[in-house]
Amino acid sequence: MNKNFKIVVLAKQVPDTRNVGKNAMKEDGTVNRAALPAIFNPEDMNALEQALRIKDKYPGSEVLLLTMGPPRAAEIIREGYYRGADGGVLLTDRKFAGADTLATSYALSMAIKKINPDIIIAGRQAIDGDTAQVGPQVAEKLSLPQITYAEDVISVEDGKITVKRRLERGVETVKSPIPVVITVHATAPDCRPRNAKQLMRFKHAKTQTEEMDNEHNSYLPIHSLESLRIPEWGVADVGGDEIQYGLSGSPTKVKKIENIVFQAKESKRLTSSFEDIDMLMSELISSHTIG
Amino acid sequence: MANFYTDNKDLKFQYNHPMMSKIVRLKELDFKDAGNFDYAPCTVEDAIDSYDKVMEIMGEICGNTIAPNAEEVDKLGPLHKNGRVTYAPGTQENQDVLTQAGLYGMSLPRQYGGLNFSMVPYVMAAEIVARADAGFANIWGLQDCAETIHEFGSEEIKDEFLPRINLGDTCSMDLTEPDAGSDLQAVMLRATYNEADGLWYLNGVKRFITNGDAQIKLVLARSEENTTDGRGLSYFVHDQAWGGVTVRRIENKLGIKGSPTCELVFSNAPAKLVGERRMGLIKYVMSLMNGARLGVGAQSVGISEAAYREAVKYANERVQFGKPIIQFPAVYEMLAIIKAKLQASRALLYETTRYVDLYKAYGFISEERKLTPEERSESKKYQKVADMLTPMLKMMSSEYCNQNTYDSLQIHGGSGFMKDYPIERLYRDARITTIYEGTSQLQVVAAQRYVTNGGYLSLIKEYEQMPVKSDFEPLKRILVEMTEQFEKACGFLVGKESDYIDFHARRLVEMASHIVMSYLLLIDAQQDDSFLNSAQIYINKSKAWNQERFDYVKDFSPCQLSSYLAIKDEVVSID
Repeated sequence: MNKNFKIVVLAKQVPDTRNVGKNAMKEDGTVNRAALPAIFNPEDMNALEQALRIKDKYPGSEVLLLTMGPPRAAEIIREGYYRGADGGVLLTDRKFAGADTLATSYALSMAIKKINPDIIIAGRQAIDGDTAQVGPQVAEKLSLPQITYAEDVISVEDGKITVKRRLERGVETVKSPIPVVITVHATAPDCRPRNAKQLMRFKHAKTQTEEMDNEHNSYLPIHSLESLRIPEWGVADVGGDEIQYGLSGSPTKVKKIENIVFQAKESKRLTSSFEDIDMLMSELISSHTIG
Repeated sequence: MANFYTDNKDLKFQYNHPMMSKIVRLKELDFKDAGNFDYAPCTVEDAIDSYDKVMEIMGEICGNTIAPNAEEVDKLGPLHKNGRVTYAPGTQENQDVLTQAGLYGMSLPRQYGGLNFSMVPYVMAAEIVARADAGFANIWGLQDCAETIHEFGSEEIKDEFLPRINLGDTCSMDLTEPDAGSDLQAVMLRATYNEADGLWYLNGVKRFITNGDAQIKLVLARSEENTTDGRGLSYFVHDQAWGGVTVRRIENKLGIKGSPTCELVFSNAPAKLVGERRMGLIKYVMSLMNGARLGVGAQSVGISEAAYREAVKYANERVQFGKPIIQFPAVYEMLAIIKAKLQASRALLYETTRYVDLYKAYGFISEERKLTPEERSESKKYQKVADMLTPMLKMMSSEYCNQNTYDSLQIHGGSGFMKDYPIERLYRDARITTIYEGTSQLQVVAAQRYVTNGGYLSLIKEYEQMPVKSDFEPLKRILVEMTEQFEKACGFLVGKESDYIDFHARRLVEMASHIVMSYLLLIDAQQDDSFLNSAQIYINKSKAWNQERFDYVKDFSPCQLSSYLAIKDEVVSID
């Protein structure tokens, strides 16, 4: 039985929305990407860790990152290298621009077909859109089974993958044939740190676009640049139906954006125990809500 | 997502120093590794870029793992059971993450799995680890032992032990015993050679051993029968896997509680000799000590930085009499002085580190080829400056670290006395820094010869030769006058008895230290405006501090000494 798996991690470069300042939003209510640092989407990081753990358990496996974005998203591939990934592909093309989750899933699924992996792992959702749609849509487009909310990939044996899922009120362990799409939840273990040697080895990994940009090209490493080249794929490389890419492939239309100010200050969860009911009652009475 | 490297631009500033490119070139020996290791740099810029990026990893781990673990590690401490030590869970996590990140063996050569970093980024890493958790900084910092093995061990020993450092094996430096603390010549632990298997066997007790249950131990032991002084001591390496060492107890300490301080019993513990017999104390431990003192310097600066940040935060948040307390002169004065002492300590830390870097690099080069006469004289000079600055750094940075945590706690008022804020831990952690690896009093002993032989004065004169921008002339004039005053003060000691000189030595060493640190801040302030306020404050304060010391030495008569000596005859009841 084959014990070397080809694993693709879907990762997205996102604006860091966790510590937002005053200028995080533009006048029109859209995210001001220039004001926020671009980071590796946190749950995609959990996904990468799961992929690397599979590789730890089954040496000889290969972990590749797949990301779609502007040329600077090549940083995602390097971040993967620093943590132990074997490589990656940057999907970048003006024709991909303006994609909603459907068009994104289409582009990713076309690239995945070309890579032909055994396991596809993604974060549950990205912190900029919070849709949690891309992973499941990719699975649908590839007609593959999907396991969402994964917390731990337990084993991959005899063509079956066993995964622990985090549900609202507990955990569930499921088994699926591979190939499979898995989306990983934030409660999964944090990703390992970047490794110093890996960083020094792969900081020179560049896309062709970056190599042509002189300021990125000041050192000449001993590796041939060829072996460190991060591939960039466009529509021409992955094929498919052009109309389904980018803006034309995106049925999502933003009608209106509204600023919402949260009213509730805090929430409490009460059980049906007598103590909790008692506490709630005395609180409501003392605040003159009832009584 | 805190990053203790990128949030402090005073660190990256160190890479701009003009000596940096020479340091890198000597450390990389003209980039000879570039053809053999795919992670070796090919240019100075490439190497410094790697320092910078690797420090970002370190900064992230310090901010996101080590610092958040510190409170619980302090509370739980390590566990002692059945002669072994188990780290607190947070300590173990720190250790595991740093191992995964490949941040052990930073300064070791690549052939042993190290990163071959120069001392500057290594010391910087030590500084921010200490800022995150000063107790853990000891465990991480004991990789210094590998430096000693690398410097003095045989090829066989190097091959056996050094590759394990990067893989996360921890070290301990087993020197002190119940009756041998500051006075290491009194070490009794016995080493006996066994012809049959060619190994040494260790028997005896060691006390106050930091991280005493480490995998790799360097042990100072008496190898020569019928000797009683330092010349009968040799240096050994012991592997935990060989057995024979048990932890009898661990100490319950005031601070750095996460770092296990062990009492060890050696019973027929096998060991291998490091370097030559009889050189244990007089050569190897002295070298190790200098490294360790640099380490305490880094630790002190790290704790100072943490204390400064806590103080600024609290002083801005705490409102009394209708405004944040930072707006009151009594508070902002304290804060500004904390910062000035912090930046002065850091300036001295990296100045010392650069000289250590250079002479060590020459040391390794001299093993491969003969140094040219110019290189030899340069190397000698660098070593001399490093030797002069090291005790100064150890004493001043650790004393400032204590003063800064004291003042920071004071700014916190009553809240600072409670367990609710990190400052109480920092205050406790700081306390050891003036004690271990040689007390402040012993640093004075090491430094005072440079007062009497003119070493410090000529070093200060070199700083004086550096041209300054015209705006900085007034500050420099103050320093020139302070130097004249220092020279005069040294003159008061000429021809005096050694007791008299010893009595005043600390005052003189401090005067020299204030001038050196003032010059370093003056140099930094000309590069970057952000040092200007600290330079102004520190130089003017130093002027006043030195005046006080000068007056005391000037007006001191030998009969005053008798008032002090009288203490020796007082009988104090201790019941």
